[in-house]
Amino acid sequence: MTTPPTPASPDRTIPSGSSPTLPIGPKPMPRRFHQARWDEPIIFELSTPGARGVLPPATEPGIIALVGDPAAALPPGVRRAAPPALPELAQLHVVRHYTRLSQENLGVDLNIDVGQGTCTMKYSPKVNDRFARDPRVADLHPLQDPSTVQGVLEIAWRLERLLVEISGMDRVTLQPGAGSAAIWANVSMIRAYHASRGDTARDEVVTTIFSHPSNAACAKVAGYKVITLYPDTDGYPDLDALRAAVSERTAALLITNPEDTGIFNPRIEDFVRVVHEAGGLTCYDQANANGLLGVTRARDAGFDLCHFNLHKTFSTPHACGGPGAGACGVTAELARFLPRPTVEFDGTAYRLDDDRPDSIGKIRPWYGVVPNLVRAYAWIMSLGAEGLREVAEIAVLNNNYLMQRVLEIRGLAAPFAAGRRRVEQVRYSWDQLTRETGIHSEEIGFRAADFGAHYWTSHHPFVVPEPMTLEPTESYSRADLDEYAAILRTIAEEAYADPAFVHGAPYQSTIHRIDHEPLDDPERWAVTWRAYRRKHAAADPAPAT
Amino acid sequence: MTDQQARVHPYIPNAIPDVKAAMLAAVGATSVEELYADVPPSLRLTAPLDLPEPIRSEAELVRHLEGLLRRNTSTRDVISFLGAGCYPHHVPAVCDEIAGRSEFLTAYAGEPYQDHGRFQALFEYESMMGELLEMDVVNVPVYDGFQATSTALRMAGRITGRRRVLVPASMSRDKRSRILDYVRPDLDVEEVAFEPATGLLDLAALGRALGADVAGVLVENPGYLGVVEARAAEIASLAHGSGALAIGDVDPSTLGVLAPPAAWGADLACGDIQPLGIHQQFGGGNGGFIASHDDPRVVMEFPSRLFGIAPTAVPGEYGFGDVAYERTSFAVREEGKEWVGTAAALWGITAGVYLALMGPRGMQELGETMMARTRYAIARLEAVPGVRVPFSGQHHVKEFVVDLGATGQTVAAVSRALLARGIFFGKDLSTEHPALGQAALVCVTEIHAQADIDRLADDLREVLR
Repeated sequence: MTTPPTPASPDRTIPSGSSPTLPIGPKPMPRRFHQARWDEPIIFELSTPGARGVLPPATEPGIIALVGDPAAALPPGVRRAAPPALPELAQLHVVRHYTRLSQENLGVDLNIDVGQGTCTMKYSPKVNDRFARDPRVADLHPLQDPSTVQGVLEIAWRLERLLVEISGMDRVTLQPGAGSAAIWANVSMIRAYHASRGDTARDEVVTTIFSHPSNAACAKVAGYKVITLYPDTDGYPDLDALRAAVSERTAALLITNPEDTGIFNPRIEDFVRVVHEAGGLTCYDQANANGLLGVTRARDAGFDLCHFNLHKTFSTPHACGGPGAGACGVTAELARFLPRPTVEFDGTAYRLDDDRPDSIGKIRPWYGVVPNLVRAYAWIMSLGAEGLREVAEIAVLNNNYLMQRVLEIRGLAAPFAAGRRRVEQVRYSWDQLTRETGIHSEEIGFRAADFGAHYWTSHHPFVVPEPMTLEPTESYSRADLDEYAAILRTIAEEAYADPAFVHGAPYQSTIHRIDHEPLDDPERWAVTWRAYRRKHAAADPAPAT
Repeated sequence: MTDQQARVHPYIPNAIPDVKAAMLAAVGATSVEELYADVPPSLRLTAPLDLPEPIRSEAELVRHLEGLLRRNTSTRDVISFLGAGCYPHHVPAVCDEIAGRSEFLTAYAGEPYQDHGRFQALFEYESMMGELLEMDVVNVPVYDGFQATSTALRMAGRITGRRRVLVPASMSRDKRSRILDYVRPDLDVEEVAFEPATGLLDLAALGRALGADVAGVLVENPGYLGVVEARAAEIASLAHGSGALAIGDVDPSTLGVLAPPAAWGADLACGDIQPLGIHQQFGGGNGGFIASHDDPRVVMEFPSRLFGIAPTAVPGEYGFGDVAYERTSFAVREEGKEWVGTAAALWGITAGVYLALMGPRGMQELGETMMARTRYAIARLEAVPGVRVPFSGQHHVKEFVVDLGATGQTVAAVSRALLARGIFFGKDLSTEHPALGQAALVCVTEIHAQADIDRLADDLREVLR
């Protein structure tokens, strides 16, 4: 019996009419891919009345004998009238539903995750997950007697020392929940610093358009007017624009370097000096620090404050958007404003110091995202000084190598800083391809899903037209980078040859093209299943038979 | 002998010397140093960082970390009655299993075509929280409950155009500190006293504090001191009478037995999801929720991401995306509502798994058994000579205040003595709420067996003897 030839498929990587032969042919580049597509219902649709997923302990008879049922004694109006209308599933069905959903999601462990630029999607070592899950981390209470948590306090204390050396700053707090929370903590310390000097006329913060939006947004929430600088024609932060912006009203400069373009600001010391001369503080957003570890430091450029994202540069997993972890570094002069508590060591024991009268106070409950502090500590310890430097160098080499490869693709350019090297990422532009094919950058991302690849445009506004931001980190091999470049090349070729085909993507993803319009219409949007059912009751699907 | 050149770091594949050389050649550089041309020489480090020697083998790294972790005592190895915002609940194995799936753990911010799974899982989290809260709009989690409360207050300020907010004086001092830091430029925070006899909010004081400039009244239910705010409906009604919003700050683990804030009139709900299947993690396992009714005027004030359901090109297929994205700082920087960033999405997914496992009956049974165990603990401790439970006449779900004043001992001394017996006593309130004297906040949940509570009572009796 012979196997029938392959029928025509929308998956163009499978030639139609081919027959099985030996030897098996070479694998195509880029590889064929199909995302898991379980067509999974909403969990409420999987509910069977009476099914149970897990049973809480029953109350012992001895307790009931003494106190009865206190819940029944709650007055009406205080007591819940009817149990919450949650779904009812047996345990296997909960596991199966969520495991299927997980398969419809691409982690770093699955894809060549260089497409989410600015996010530093590096490998998160498995052994560090083991430490984070250990009951001697996972099941510690923050109010335990310090004698019972010396290990975790020592890890925090050591991690602070490591980050002090890496940044050159004098003290570091590990409390912020992630990068934006760290930016907030820094802005709050800036506010406290000026207030402590009675310098209350400073009501402006300067940032750049290629710095993360949270720099501008946190400053605004803290009560500052935001001045945003645009780059000069070469894409470098504009020193003249800075000079024109700063004054006796300047509280601080919040700046990323390298910015999200991957361009290092060679005049960064001048930026710091200009702001200092006006009496402002300088704050370094080091979300893009991965290419600079052991190469150059925030303090050496004169910064007063900085922050790292431990889920980016220091390898803790990104967890679908948190928990991450942030770390703020400050000079000795600003250390008294750090959020409380700090971790202190008297040569014998570690303790949390909450008695800090000038502190901005609490920025979150307790002391930071501890499992990620443990992971970051273990990661740095596994690398040491030379290892961190190697991380930076390979991240930069990978980036420049990938840039070289992808700039061979028709329709793609890397605006700004022509002929210059980039640090750890590049903001590219498909402007030419869009003009020539009508395919937008976003659609290239949709098609990238068919190859199992992440892809990201840029933060808003799109200063670079039809943007794409790639950041290859140190985690990916040359073959990985070649494969990612091959994916982009294939999509660009498709765009030129058959734009309608690219326009219809994705084909091999979990789902097909979404209509986003209802999401902006209050009459139709639905943030919960209950809202969906209320607004769209007529569309309530009949149960499958 | 080991060839040092061959000991390429396992996390850095292109550190293989031949590969590195080939890649440098490919980019036309003779050294990596050339790639840093834009970094001024004056800023370049000339010596390696001064860091400890690396521990490059996994076996030795494990040994090093084990040595540190050995100096921690897990709450699993003792009986812990510590709560006060970080709660000891059972974490179902399925929660750990799903939170540990590397597809979720190592993903980030992908679009729905790459990361459909997280969109659906977070939409379902929002939906199950919506049922628990009886509200139609729930956010993708923010960092923690403190952040959620702070933002809920700011939302009330923006919605009403007013700047005074009222919060209970019994509130945790840490939480109050966080709120003050966050809302200072735009809101004035004023505390409303609680009744010394009951721990309930003082309604007369609330009446005096209310006025036409009040944006919102925060109702903690249960309050920080563990008392169920039985007059929450009255408080909400008083707030509404002044044109202020009522904000219900609640512990989701109690909502199987306590009426959801929407039922007693809250316009906004907020709190922390840590009790829903997330380990304590030395206080590192928080996620904040904010919820409201589906009023566009309110929805447009959320700073967080709101994942909504949307159709795709294929009938019967669910798609998801951001509802009203233009609200956010991602879309419009400082013109957005506050700010948004990486926060606690995986804990949102995990809390969703927890609620799916528990279901309606599980949440109800959880609440019932916590209330019974807590009431039993109150009865046992009250029977210890000198020990008083000042608000024992009120309803409690999982926490209560114990006053040791009449024993002549400090909470600190008693806690030390109990620690030696393998018991972590409650949180010392003597500096946080000095008016309560030598008081501690004791937490009892479903994990505390009758025998554990008996041991606390018996050991406390012996310690105080």
